[in-house]
Amino acid sequence: MAAGKDAFEIRIHGRGGQGAKSASQLIVEAALDQGKQIQAFPEYGPERTGAPMKTYARISDKPITTYEPVLEPDTVLVIDPTLIGQVDVTGGMHKDSVLIVNTTETPEEMKKKLGFSGRVYTVDATGISIKLLGRNVPNTPMIGALMKITGVIDVKYVEQRVEDMFLKKIGREKTDANINAIKTAYDEVKG
Amino acid sequence: MTAEKYPTKAQLAKKCSWKEIPMGGVITRAASALDNKTGSWRAFRPVIEEAKCINCSFCVTNCPDNAVPFKDGKRGKIDLEYCKGCGICASVCPVKCIKMEEETKFKK
Amino acid sequence: MMAEAKHKVVSLTGNYAIAEAMRQINPDVVAAYPITPQSAIVEKFSGFVNNGLVDTEMVRVESEHSAMSACVGASMAGIRTMTATCSAGLALMWEIVGVASGLRCPIVMPIANRAISAPINIHCDHSDSMGARDLGWIQIYNETAQEAYENVFLALRLAEHPKVQLPVMVCEDGFITSHCVQNVKIFDDAVMKKFIGTRKPEFALLDLKNPITVGAIELQDYYFETKRQQQEAMENVPAAYLEIGKELSKITGSDYGFFQEYKTNDADAIILTMSSATGTARSVVDKMRAKGKKVGLIKLRLFRPFPYEAVAKALEGKKIVGVLDRSMSFGAHSPLFGEIRNAVYGMKDKPALQSYVFGLGGRDLLESHVEQVFEELLAGKTNDEIKYLGLREVSQ
Repeated sequence: MAAGKDAFEIRIHGRGGQGAKSASQLIVEAALDQGKQIQAFPEYGPERTGAPMKTYARISDKPITTYEPVLEPDTVLVIDPTLIGQVDVTGGMHKDSVLIVNTTETPEEMKKKLGFSGRVYTVDATGISIKLLGRNVPNTPMIGALMKITGVIDVKYVEQRVEDMFLKKIGREKTDANINAIKTAYDEVKG
Repeated sequence: MTAEKYPTKAQLAKKCSWKEIPMGGVITRAASALDNKTGSWRAFRPVIEEAKCINCSFCVTNCPDNAVPFKDGKRGKIDLEYCKGCGICASVCPVKCIKMEEETKFKK
Repeated sequence: MMAEAKHKVVSLTGNYAIAEAMRQINPDVVAAYPITPQSAIVEKFSGFVNNGLVDTEMVRVESEHSAMSACVGASMAGIRTMTATCSAGLALMWEIVGVASGLRCPIVMPIANRAISAPINIHCDHSDSMGARDLGWIQIYNETAQEAYENVFLALRLAEHPKVQLPVMVCEDGFITSHCVQNVKIFDDAVMKKFIGTRKPEFALLDLKNPITVGAIELQDYYFETKRQQQEAMENVPAAYLEIGKELSKITGSDYGFFQEYKTNDADAIILTMSSATGTARSVVDKMRAKGKKVGLIKLRLFRPFPYEAVAKALEGKKIVGVLDRSMSFGAHSPLFGEIRNAVYGMKDKPALQSYVFGLGGRDLLESHVEQVFEELLAGKTNDEIKYLGLREVSQ
């Protein structure tokens, strides 16, 4: 977190329908369980599936009052690798900010591609998701990577929230697969 | 608000202030429309040719002021206190036994 | 802070927080039609109905005009009635919005404020409810999901107060608040149930022993008197609002003034806001105060009836005030600015005022905009024209 700031600020880039909104919600819900003050809101455009979209999250020990979009994120998650080069994913990042990209490329390759010298981490969230969940839902593994790199939320709270969210709907096996995907991304994120 | 049902006859006789009437223009006395003797509006009076009437009750059901009584299966005499002379009864009568006649004729 | 009643802290959007309040209220009838960004209120509440968490009669209407018509009928039957809408939905129910207040129906209607078309826009500004400000409804504007949640309860009691009996709009900012996940304290069901009690209508269509006529014609002879009564009811609102707020604060620990002052005591410049803009402005106040700049903030909650006297008292002796409107009254003063100007009329030591318009159609209000306002005010820059925040004067 940048000096002088009360809140840890996250920006997530995704496409409509990829679960960027759910990811931001899961992050703040886990933070809430940790006793934090939270805020999560999407930047809605015309709400089209597949269109690039952003969503924001703030986590703080103090009450969060501002409704300003996150302009200087401490962490940026890029859920869809095809957004690289299409939208400005590094905008507003400061020297301590972290960029985490869902890609098979290495952090060095990504830095070069973006012309970005800050801290970059990569994880193959799509690969993990297809292998463990049988379909492309990279938003949950990305949270694993976020936890590893930033430590802003604790794994056990995320696990609990995933259980609460999925167990009734999709059963034990698939819920465990989701938790496993988060843990795998936690272990595999590079940078 | 008045605990008394509104509008009372006394209230009807004058114009009440805003402090005396129930809120929202609610009328709390049932059938207060009976106080309004619409018969005074009448310029034409329905006159029934009894011999021609087939007792179909069309005039009874169509009268907007409920001024044509119907009892024991029979149409009664038009209530002139409320008949405002609109002529709907004459218009709907299938045997044309109701004629609208000028009220002035009866005032003499 | 007063002690708070039993509650749980959950993460909810403004819409879901309002739906929670509706679940706890368990209204007899909800007739509503979904419209972005209000939809989630109706969707969530429908879920409560279908899952048997409430025993509300949910009327699925084909338009907002029908929604409000059904609500008026239900409310006049003597039972608790709620709906929710915004923007084009509010515009479509317009005719019956006036009927609801004219017939003195204590309906509570959350609004997820959204711009009025055209051009078509689904995002936030206050042009919908501001356009309806003269239709005889009480209007409460809310900054956060928490405030909206709590004020739904306050609104219900206020609407049903024997000296009031008027409908209430509970406004939250569309998307900005309605779709923002925040920490929300949900108070115990039983506590809230006790707080709202039961409705005791003065007249009810379903009171068969005392038949009434509702909506009878009133022409030149009585319409004026009936409208004068509405004014009287509105004039009774402030006292009832404070009285109910006091009671509610025993549960929530929150304050329920007509407005909330933030660091205004020694302030050289003050901004007056409503709804979510307040949160952003408050953050700026803190940052500027840290740099030694004496700035303050007033958040207005109750817009109808307008608390002229209390606002005047708060502004007496202040140097300069910037008023931020999220809607316009084209060709006239913007709604909030106009009222503030009215409030200070006749004041001996009145502050200089400046009108600002921001955020139409969901344009972001940035902290830098608010800072710019404070700097202008601190420099004593005011004129009689509207200043626009975040508007392109030149191509970028």
